[in-house]
Amino acid sequence: MTDRPRTLFEKIWDAHVVAQEPGGPAVLYIDLHLIHEVTSPQAFEGLRRRGLKVRRPDRTFATMDHGIPTYDRSLPILDELAAKQIETLERNCAENGITLFGIRQGADKQGIVHVIGPELGLTQPGMTIVCGDSHTATHGAFGALGFGIGTSEVEMVLATQCLLQRKPKTMNVRIDGTLKPGVTAKDIILALIAKYGVGVGTGYVFEYTGSAIRQLSMEGRMTICNMSIEGGSRAGMIAPDDTTFEWLAGREYAPKGEAWDRALAYWRTLPTDEGATYDAEITLDASTLEPMITYGTNPGMGMPITGRIPDPDTLSDPAQKTALQKALAYMDLKPNQPLLGHPIDVVFIGSCTNSRISDLREAAKILKGRKVKPGVRVLVVPGSTQVKRQAEREGLDKIFIEAGAEWREAGCSMCIAMNGDQLEPGQYAISTSNRNFEGRQGKGGRTLLASPLTAAASAVTGVVTDPRTLLAG
Amino acid sequence: MNRFTTLTSKLVPLPVDNIDTDQIVPARFLKITDKAGLADALFADWRYDAAGNPKPDFVLNRPEMKGRQVLLVGDNFGCGSSREHAPWALVSWGFRAVISTSFADIFRNNALKNGLLPVVVDKQTLQQLFARCEQDPEATVTIDLAAQTLTLPDGRAVTFPIDGFSKTCLLNGVDEIGYVLSLLDRIEAYEAAHQK
Repeated sequence: MTDRPRTLFEKIWDAHVVAQEPGGPAVLYIDLHLIHEVTSPQAFEGLRRRGLKVRRPDRTFATMDHGIPTYDRSLPILDELAAKQIETLERNCAENGITLFGIRQGADKQGIVHVIGPELGLTQPGMTIVCGDSHTATHGAFGALGFGIGTSEVEMVLATQCLLQRKPKTMNVRIDGTLKPGVTAKDIILALIAKYGVGVGTGYVFEYTGSAIRQLSMEGRMTICNMSIEGGSRAGMIAPDDTTFEWLAGREYAPKGEAWDRALAYWRTLPTDEGATYDAEITLDASTLEPMITYGTNPGMGMPITGRIPDPDTLSDPAQKTALQKALAYMDLKPNQPLLGHPIDVVFIGSCTNSRISDLREAAKILKGRKVKPGVRVLVVPGSTQVKRQAEREGLDKIFIEAGAEWREAGCSMCIAMNGDQLEPGQYAISTSNRNFEGRQGKGGRTLLASPLTAAASAVTGVVTDPRTLLAG
Repeated sequence: MNRFTTLTSKLVPLPVDNIDTDQIVPARFLKITDKAGLADALFADWRYDAAGNPKPDFVLNRPEMKGRQVLLVGDNFGCGSSREHAPWALVSWGFRAVISTSFADIFRNNALKNGLLPVVVDKQTLQQLFARCEQDPEATVTIDLAAQTLTLPDGRAVTFPIDGFSKTCLLNGVDEIGYVLSLLDRIEAYEAAHQK
């Protein structure tokens, strides 16, 4: 069986099947379980009712990100419900011996769960990684199988370190070509979803292949894998290579010395074998892409930034037509209208998609020596406390503050708008996050998804702006 | 878990594609440490106006919808986040089944674990069901999980797919965590063999 050529996904899957009844789901072993304050309390409560403790606290790591304030952490938390979730996670971790990177304890390593996993070297090639959050797909950038789970599944992993899973199908997402200046990983994934729709990956695991993917940094690869779920796929993966290994070497939880050498030898066996087959394949040419922006209420409603909003009357499928009409009504945008020059109220630079140090450097490149347009609110929310410290060492914080942006503590913030960082009804935001669903960034708020470059350029002008017009050289 | 065997109910039609979990339960309702109060949060931003009053034209607010247990929705239902609050809210309101042409993977898993049956039908059947609801809002369907059939208002039965394991769990109210815990020796053997 092992002689048959296998994909990256199949190799990881096969290595983690503990048991499987004929025709039944696999009992899949989970190497790393990441938890946070919002989707775990009911799981711990379930465990308590069963009289169980967490089976492998050494494979479980906790942080706080979704509901926590991003203002000065020495101030009291005014939201009683959020405060209770924070206290509940602290208690659950203490009772079960789980390492916590919280806002009080372990605060120097706190951050968005999908930023800190890789940053601390917890995320490694070949692993199975789960978290009660759909953007767990991010970890696939390292050649791991990472996917989001619900709270009942969180409880199962806490209790058993395993999950019952049916084997998904595989899709080769082949992206070749070299990106033009001003076009980024975020634009690749927005273009892919615009081309193939938000349901193309349902039932599949994506493996991103091709020359464009190989040329990307780890941060860029994470941005792409992160939004696999926006294409319907629970997991997106990229075969590990020297870029991966260089990024991981020396990180806190990465193997050291001989253990590193052994791990590296294994990791080099993971890429998809020559001759292995996928259940489906889709392609994208990166060399033709422009900066992308969304105009609607799902991430598939996106277009090149110089484009015009499509006209529902040109769509033949009645469901698509209705959906576009409904989206444009919510967004208060008109068919055939360009988005360039459209006024915006808020710019959000952050989220598990685009809050890493390289994203902040990109945004700072545009904002350096420039000012935010008066009347526009700009939030820069680093993905982790370590990213924040690094940015401050590089002086990026000063660039943002001098430009007129708010420089915040790490968290999910306005991506999910649970913590008070939110849009007012009717406001337009350019956001580097991953979802433009109705009300996602605050009830009645209107989200335009884009790259950090596009977000920063639009902050300067106060209108939707092609970042290439502000990039020197 | 709630058992699911057969169900006969009128339909609550919501003919929208790609209904995401932020519409099913907006994120501001996730700040709970239990499962209480989610029936009121279900579709909150479509259901209530800015002052918090029910919008009379939204389907869930129509008095005759009360007590109906089957939701009829467009393609790719439950896309977006992994929040199990979505099926918790649907079940809290009283739904036991959702009919669509497809479901997002994580939502589907979460629904099955809460006794909420995702019923996949083809596009033509879904369109016929929406049309039928327009003509006859009192139309009923019957779902028989053991037979994997959905009996349409005209008496015609269509089959729907479900994997054998999920079906058994739903029919018998099996606790999946209990099942995996019964395999603990296998898990320990795996950990020993793989140095985990």
